[in-house]
Amino acid sequence: MKSSDASRLTLILLFAPFALWIILLIILPQIGVGWLSLREKLGPREYAFGFGNYLDFFREPIYWNTLLRTAWISVLVTILALLIGFPVAWYIAKIARQRSRAALFLMCLIPLWVSDLVRAFGWILLLRETGIVSGMLQWAGLSSGPVELLYNDITVVIGMVYTVVLFMIVPLVSTLDGMDNALLEAGYNLGGSRMTVFRRIVIPYAMPGIVAGCIITFMLAAGSYLTPILLGGKNSMWFTEQIYEQFVTRYNWESGATFGVLLLVFTSAVVWLGLRLTGQNLASTVAKE
Amino acid sequence: MHDLECVNLTRIFGRHIAVNDVSFTVPRGSFFSILGPSGCGKTTLMRMIAGFETPDSGDIRIKGKSVLEVAPNRRSVKMVFQHLALFPMMTVGENIAYGLKCRGENRSDITRKVADVLARIGLPGVQDKQISQLSGGQKQRIAIARCMVLEPDVLLLDEPLGALDLKLREQMKIELKLLQHQFNTTFLYITHDQSEALVMSDNVAVMNAGRFEQIGTPKELYNQPGSGFVAGFVGDTNRWLGRVTGLSGDEARIALDAGPEIIARAGGALVAGARAEIFFRPETVSLTPIEGANQLSGVVDSLLFNGANSRILLRSSDRLIEIAQGVMDATTPVARGDSAIAWFRPAHALAFAAPEAG
Amino acid sequence: MTVRKSLTARLLAATICATALLPGAAMAETLRLLTWGGYAPDNVIALFEKEYPDIDVEVTLSNNEEMVAKLRATGGAGFDLAQPSHDRIFAAQSEFDIYKPLDLSKIETGKMQANLLEAVKANTTIDGGVYAVPHQWGTTGLVVDVTKAPDVKDWADLCKEEYKGKTSMRLRRTILLGMGFSLGYDPFALYNDTAAYTEMLDKVAEKMIACKSVIKTYWNGGDDLSTLLLSGEVVASESWDSTAFKLYGENQNLVYVPPSSGALTWIDTFVIPSKGRADDAAYKWINFVMRPEIVTMMSDSTGAIAAVEGGIELLPEAKKAAVKLAFDDAAIANMKFFANIPPGLEDIEGKVLERIKAASGN
Repeated sequence: MKSSDASRLTLILLFAPFALWIILLIILPQIGVGWLSLREKLGPREYAFGFGNYLDFFREPIYWNTLLRTAWISVLVTILALLIGFPVAWYIAKIARQRSRAALFLMCLIPLWVSDLVRAFGWILLLRETGIVSGMLQWAGLSSGPVELLYNDITVVIGMVYTVVLFMIVPLVSTLDGMDNALLEAGYNLGGSRMTVFRRIVIPYAMPGIVAGCIITFMLAAGSYLTPILLGGKNSMWFTEQIYEQFVTRYNWESGATFGVLLLVFTSAVVWLGLRLTGQNLASTVAKE
Repeated sequence: MHDLECVNLTRIFGRHIAVNDVSFTVPRGSFFSILGPSGCGKTTLMRMIAGFETPDSGDIRIKGKSVLEVAPNRRSVKMVFQHLALFPMMTVGENIAYGLKCRGENRSDITRKVADVLARIGLPGVQDKQISQLSGGQKQRIAIARCMVLEPDVLLLDEPLGALDLKLREQMKIELKLLQHQFNTTFLYITHDQSEALVMSDNVAVMNAGRFEQIGTPKELYNQPGSGFVAGFVGDTNRWLGRVTGLSGDEARIALDAGPEIIARAGGALVAGARAEIFFRPETVSLTPIEGANQLSGVVDSLLFNGANSRILLRSSDRLIEIAQGVMDATTPVARGDSAIAWFRPAHALAFAAPEAG
Repeated sequence: MTVRKSLTARLLAATICATALLPGAAMAETLRLLTWGGYAPDNVIALFEKEYPDIDVEVTLSNNEEMVAKLRATGGAGFDLAQPSHDRIFAAQSEFDIYKPLDLSKIETGKMQANLLEAVKANTTIDGGVYAVPHQWGTTGLVVDVTKAPDVKDWADLCKEEYKGKTSMRLRRTILLGMGFSLGYDPFALYNDTAAYTEMLDKVAEKMIACKSVIKTYWNGGDDLSTLLLSGEVVASESWDSTAFKLYGENQNLVYVPPSSGALTWIDTFVIPSKGRADDAAYKWINFVMRPEIVTMMSDSTGAIAAVEGGIELLPEAKKAAVKLAFDDAAIANMKFFANIPPGLEDIEGKVLERIKAASGN
């Protein structure tokens, strides 16, 4: 009895920080935000309960267009991060020698050593009209006058891919690392071409890593704030900016909370759809044996 | 007609010669093993045949045609990998169908061939199982079936039994031999385990430091080893160093280091006065006197009971001599600490010139 | 057991020590300031703490919107003195109840410039209580590179085709008001007529959307704006006067131009959050920073003009020159003070701003 009590106590003690973290920092605030989103503002210090805030969202095309735009750019960022991250991960996991591997990993980490803000300013210095890239283009004679590379959606996508690509690379490296090279050789040996081996062996094997990477990348992209605002142009709307505006500039916490809930629901739906389309499920991705 | 022919194959990595001028032929439908210690170059040799390595010189011919210019996925050589390399994300059926699909066969043919090969390896109806649901021996058979369904000219096996436990390994040895008979395909088997090579093979090549020491049937290798390395590597043996004091015909008189003079059969060219290695197998050594035999006296160090493989260890001038003859039949009751004499016939002792360094 | 005993004893001792120290700790009061960047320069804090050794000053930097959001989140707790602009107090107070009325007898109001004090009082009196007094004032207008865009005189000039890709503005309510003035409206007069105000905003939005193809980008903060102008990428922009004066210090071609329809004038004030715990220290700070010698130090840091009699004269020399260059008497007479924002108005403006941002220009 005693020892089982003790082991149960150990279990509770070990579990407690996790449970507290989940409950205090994730579940409770979410409930709070959810509750706030159902509060309609009638006038100063006058509120009623209802779904008015959600109706407002769907009645205003600017809002849901911004949400769709955010989602679509985030999907694009995710795809680009996958296309760029996969070869990098492949190189680190399969081609690089053991010793240089740590250094390569570290190089991928460098962008995370500086804050979002500094990173964005880095891009601004590079891409602005009087910036380094524009200067080099003129110096090389590729352009007759200054080129403005900043303040458009492409810049936003580049900036975000740069920020999130590491989160694509890490899960990919860890799955590819676990892949026995003999599987590839067996794939060739049994008559597969490079394409077949890649499509039928590498991709299915790396699928859990790909899915994990894509989920993280997509969520990070959709939830990012500074990069799209600082690099985006006069037309670039981002949903988190919309949420900030509602909360801070317009004192409209109710609508801000509604947007927050909608962003969570919508991105979750996109992830769910992605899992369905690729025939994966969350359990096989996260709890890979 | 030979299914596989290697001519003067050489592969060099930097300053290390992994495979050094190796030539051999494997007759159709036979079981050929390459036996050697790890690092002897046997895996490199196999990878060259499979096409994963390119030889620096020499030629590889399958059914008489050089395959050096043929990409690995176009060679009619299939390989069973050391850890089998079954595709974990595919079912058993998909694993076997993989090669057929790559070849572009139609769906109904594939289904039929998969069912067929599974029946032949004695695992009918497991198409839909996951790889992780199979036992070690079943995985082994699936890995072979995956290759055999493609009807290759040569099947390469890279120590596939290494990962199995002892009991299963013994069982699989027999099963592999049966499968080879059944498919009647040429098997090229790589191993460092001499018992695997001896039990299964029609012919065995003993490989050492990038070269073939000897090619022969298991019996030839055991009874007439062509070099000291083969004598020492194939089967259990007692090894002693000495100096050649006289030669007459194929008999050599040899003074053992810190031991008496004995008479041995010359396994290779010997020069009087040169250093020599002498090998004699435990089962040829007896504690009962044999007329005209060599004698080594010593003290019984220990008795090792191992059923049919039981041994007496006799300590003679700081060397242990393994004795297998007459251990189990109680013809020579000895105990630890007893003085005894080991007897063995000159015909059972083989002498080779000792390697330079030895 | 002995171990435990000694542990208990130590804990006890520690507690006693802590208790003994507590009154001492309570002696040193903390003044938690919620204010704009530059409004609590280190040299001023050092002088203040030297004069009042028992007060520690803690500074949190913010802006109008975030000040309200922060105080709203805590119901007016966490800070002892805040500095929102005068037009942002009435609505926030009526809606969220985050400030407390000031005790004017504790403030040396006599030193303050009378018209500004009256304007702030008029704007921030609720149920007989006065909630704010002025601290510094400044204007929002235009900053122009006189060598490259000499004819930018009013808000609408930022939309001139000849400066395509070379102008900038901040996409906030200020520019809506400025454009309104430029288009001949008086937005402040329309504040309480929602329908008329909305109609004006529609016209403004139309103008702003058409203007997007000319604008290079919308700036977000002072640093942003400074880089755009100093690099020469932008030749004319909406600007805070303080930022423009700093730019003038670096490049004499960058001049602050009060728009011909009138520079929009804000007054940053002092308010005391409803759950502030150091009111006395707060009043001490207010009176302290209104002293002439402190005003000069403060203005040097903020670039804004103190709301005391003769505030312009108390500016540091370099800034005084820039201000005198920018403002003649006519420009000063033409200044437009921000009027109180009625509740709900910012919501309408917010939607217009979103519409402008979402509209596709090139």
